[in-house]
Amino acid sequence: MDDLKDVILEYVIAEYADEDDKVTFDTPLISGGLVDSFSMVSLKRFLEMKYKITIPDAEATPEAFDSVNKIVELVRRFIS
Amino acid sequence: MSYNDRVRGIYQQQLSDIREAGLFKQERFIHSPQAADIEVEFPSGAKLKKVINVCANNYLGLSSHPEVVRAAHEGLDARGYGMSSVRFICGTQDIHRELEQVVTEFLGTEDTILFPSCMDANAGVFEAILTKEDVMISDRLVHASIVDGMRLCSAEHDTYKHGDMRHLEQKLQQWKEKRLRVIINDGVYSMDGDAAKLDEVVKLAEAYDALVFVDDSHASGFIGKTGRGTHEKCGVIGKMDIITTTFGKALGGASGGCVSGRKEIVEMCRQRARPYLFSNAMAPVIISGVLKAFEILKGSTELRDKLEENARYWRSGLTEAGFVLKKGDTPIVPVMLFNAKLAQNFSRDLYAEGIYAIGFFFPVVAKGQARIRTQLSAGHDKHHLDQALEAFIKVGKKYNILGKTEEEIIAAYGL
Repeated sequence: MDDLKDVILEYVIAEYADEDDKVTFDTPLISGGLVDSFSMVSLKRFLEMKYKITIPDAEATPEAFDSVNKIVELVRRFIS
Repeated sequence: MSYNDRVRGIYQQQLSDIREAGLFKQERFIHSPQAADIEVEFPSGAKLKKVINVCANNYLGLSSHPEVVRAAHEGLDARGYGMSSVRFICGTQDIHRELEQVVTEFLGTEDTILFPSCMDANAGVFEAILTKEDVMISDRLVHASIVDGMRLCSAEHDTYKHGDMRHLEQKLQQWKEKRLRVIINDGVYSMDGDAAKLDEVVKLAEAYDALVFVDDSHASGFIGKTGRGTHEKCGVIGKMDIITTTFGKALGGASGGCVSGRKEIVEMCRQRARPYLFSNAMAPVIISGVLKAFEILKGSTELRDKLEENARYWRSGLTEAGFVLKKGDTPIVPVMLFNAKLAQNFSRDLYAEGIYAIGFFFPVVAKGQARIRTQLSAGHDKHHLDQALEAFIKVGKKYNILGKTEEEIIAAYGL
């Protein structure tokens, strides 16, 4: 499951971070201003395709997507 | 449901939360026409104060230009005050169509449709021309009205890192199976003052069979050698599929906007764009003023040339004084302070010195990117800019930020 964390972190860095942004598993993504709520859609799409899950819009909240750790928690719920 | 104490309490709590978050917006009352010199009542009830305005979108100084005002008066007398109708019932005068033709010629497009504002143009255009089979790929810093327009549209949407052509190309590859791909940019980004690389965007659009959309609200009238906009600056006039822009900034500053571009796209907006179909036609008085603004611009580049010179002078004065600026060559010059509280205090102190400039901070700009956004105007004379520079330097010295790097300012004030 650590692989899951690494894959998501890697995606977040490639998709959203600039060269000088330091992103860790706990970095606040949305409340910290790195990811805006509109651009969050591509992250949701990535998770759904990669892990073959469907995350209902009601669950795809800015809070649930606010760090890699939180996203991992969300994805695990749907995988299981 | 009656508007009882419980309901009132809900809104009072929300307003209180906005205040506590430091996001409560308070308006300043201007008692004079919009110009470089204005008289302001702030806070409410305070004695009027004469200040120099360096935060208006009045790029060409046309908001109170005597010829524009005169034309508006004449239009009012000749065509009345309002249309009391949407365009397609009985709200289209000959001057509405005349303005659409003037804009088409000015922007170098095929056709144009007027909207009550550019906000409405952006809100209506995507839904009118795209379906679920299509995708909209937008730069991450596009204006909020574009984001709202995309939200109203059933097409898929995706975003790319600001100005990052490699990332845009990845997205175009990713979405190559879609019926239509639309690349969406601002011409000039209002918070950072940088311009889109439309020449590179067009190359990618041609390679990946995509349409190009640009909102040129902060460019029409003054960017490019003859002020046609960002597509002129980038040498791609005629290659824009959709341009939206406003008449509420450089082009007289009253209100109104448009979608200009491929004629079928414009016609689809006329048939289907809801903000066009369900809101009143632009008032004749405004149409008359905007027509005059275009006439002035077509007659001479004097105003946009003066604006360009003012922007150069201002940028070099601030740089020489030791401020950290966002890079760019437009009349939007953000003075970077990074810390939100510092930006608020700086703006307050500038006002005390007779300079009206506003601080911007999260969530309007990214966290740690607080700034004073300054905007130049052809209405500014050298003495305005010198006085404003003097005030900026005085306040900059007070906070000890002159000659300091971004890291040093952040170290002193935090993010």
